[in-house]
Amino acid sequence: MNARTSQRRPDVHARASAWLLSHARSLVFSLGKLYRTPLSSLMTTAVIGIALALPTGMYLMLSNLEAISGGWDESAQVSLFLKPSVSDEQAEELARQIQRRDDVGSAQAIGKAAALAEFRELSGFGAALDALDGNPLPAVVVVQPGLALKDPLRIQQLVYDLEREPGVERAQLDLQWVQRLYAIMETAQRGVLVIGIMLGLAVLLVVGNTIRLDIQNRRDEIEVAKLIGATDAFIRRPFLYGGIWYGVIGGLLGLIMVEAALGFLAAPVNRLAGLYGGQYQLLDLGAGAAFSVLLIAMALGLGGSWLAVGRHLSDIEPR
Amino acid sequence: MILFQNVTKRYPTGQEALGQMNLEVDAGEMVFLTGHSGAGKSTLLKLIAMIERPTRGRMVVNGKNLHTLTRRRIPQFRRDIGIIFQDHHLLHDRSVFDNVALPLIIAGYRQQEIGRRVRAALDKVSLLHKEKAFPVTLSTGEQQRVGIARAVVNRPAILLADEPTGNLDPALSREIMGLFDEFNQVGTTVLVASHDLDLIAPMGKRMISLKGGRLQDDEPARGASA
Repeated sequence: MNARTSQRRPDVHARASAWLLSHARSLVFSLGKLYRTPLSSLMTTAVIGIALALPTGMYLMLSNLEAISGGWDESAQVSLFLKPSVSDEQAEELARQIQRRDDVGSAQAIGKAAALAEFRELSGFGAALDALDGNPLPAVVVVQPGLALKDPLRIQQLVYDLEREPGVERAQLDLQWVQRLYAIMETAQRGVLVIGIMLGLAVLLVVGNTIRLDIQNRRDEIEVAKLIGATDAFIRRPFLYGGIWYGVIGGLLGLIMVEAALGFLAAPVNRLAGLYGGQYQLLDLGAGAAFSVLLIAMALGLGGSWLAVGRHLSDIEPR
Repeated sequence: MILFQNVTKRYPTGQEALGQMNLEVDAGEMVFLTGHSGAGKSTLLKLIAMIERPTRGRMVVNGKNLHTLTRRRIPQFRRDIGIIFQDHHLLHDRSVFDNVALPLIIAGYRQQEIGRRVRAALDKVSLLHKEKAFPVTLSTGEQQRVGIARAVVNRPAILLADEPTGNLDPALSREIMGLFDEFNQVGTTVLVASHDLDLIAPMGKRMISLKGGRLQDDEPARGASA
């Protein structure tokens, strides 16, 4: 009898290809199943798509904000108001000295007379100044930090150091609001991450529940398959591939939604940029990020179906 | 081929379905199990197919000691056993061909080989012309024959049938039994549970009667065939 069984059983090589064949069959079969129930498949994948599009879109919005505000780094500057007793020459000397620091891009001294001229020109208080006896304005050293504003601690340190330079009355960091914006954006990034994780969890559960129902609907089939010698892996496979399909198709739908939203926003963004006298091309997701979204979607689909399969498949035994 | 030594099966409800069963079936034998419903026929078949595990006792099936057979190895073990049910257990969303092909797909056969074997099995039960049909469009007798084709397509060493003619008229029943006889003649060990004594007695095969989960009678084959 054993001779007979071994004779008709495929050899090792044939088994390896049979294994691949079985995977290919599950892949096609599970896709075919989605295709045969288009409405419910569409609903499930649309839910997954929306759940993935939301964090992806928010991420994209933040990237765009970051790209816009990136140009503001250069306009950040620290103004050092010097003590009234400091002369213009001493101010020049201080500027040279500060310029030598590593974290300083450039430092420029503005003498008292120049400061007065600038103030007269920009403030509109020229008449009031004429009423004064002398020049009330101190000399100023304008320092351009040599670091990104995103590094608030080091900027803070720089301002602190400069304030302690002899002759400096007060150091004022301009564009503090840029820093605040960065802080807000960082918070928003965390927020997007949290929302992303929660929605990812939702995708996991949606896929898990769909696969669970699928398993229940195909209870008879599973019992029969077990009776005629199907391994757990064989029975599991089409469900796992089903989960992968849900994830991938949902991910694709999500990407399409993001792209559509981007197209929808492009015109008003251009108009807005035009009002600010500039031009701005909305950043696209890019191939790399899009691929990551698909990969995450696939992993979530697989994970969800794995959860369902692990919990519910072993319950079904032939009676 | 099949050996039962002091096998007892008690269900969790406390009901004893089989008690102290001793039984030996040789390779290539054809055996009928008879007895009223509840006598333990189905339980005995389920034990052989590892659908149930014995509460006590030793069982050897197809050279394997079932006591030491782990859960992981059950699928491979079952591929050597063809099972036929009274309600045939066909998958209604698949064609006759796909139903019969299922064991071969599970065992990982190639497409051409599957086609060849499925058609051979369908030819054997005279249903080759219905391979594209769906089970619901077939008569009860035809559905049962599809079930038989699925059970034998893998050429199992053992064929188990639980009341395979339960829903069929006498003429169809004889036809089905004749099929089992043919499989037996090419070397398959066949166990058929049936309460229809009028049908099986004339076939002259070994007949094991069960009553209340115990072996009541073991009548050897007469050599004569119906």
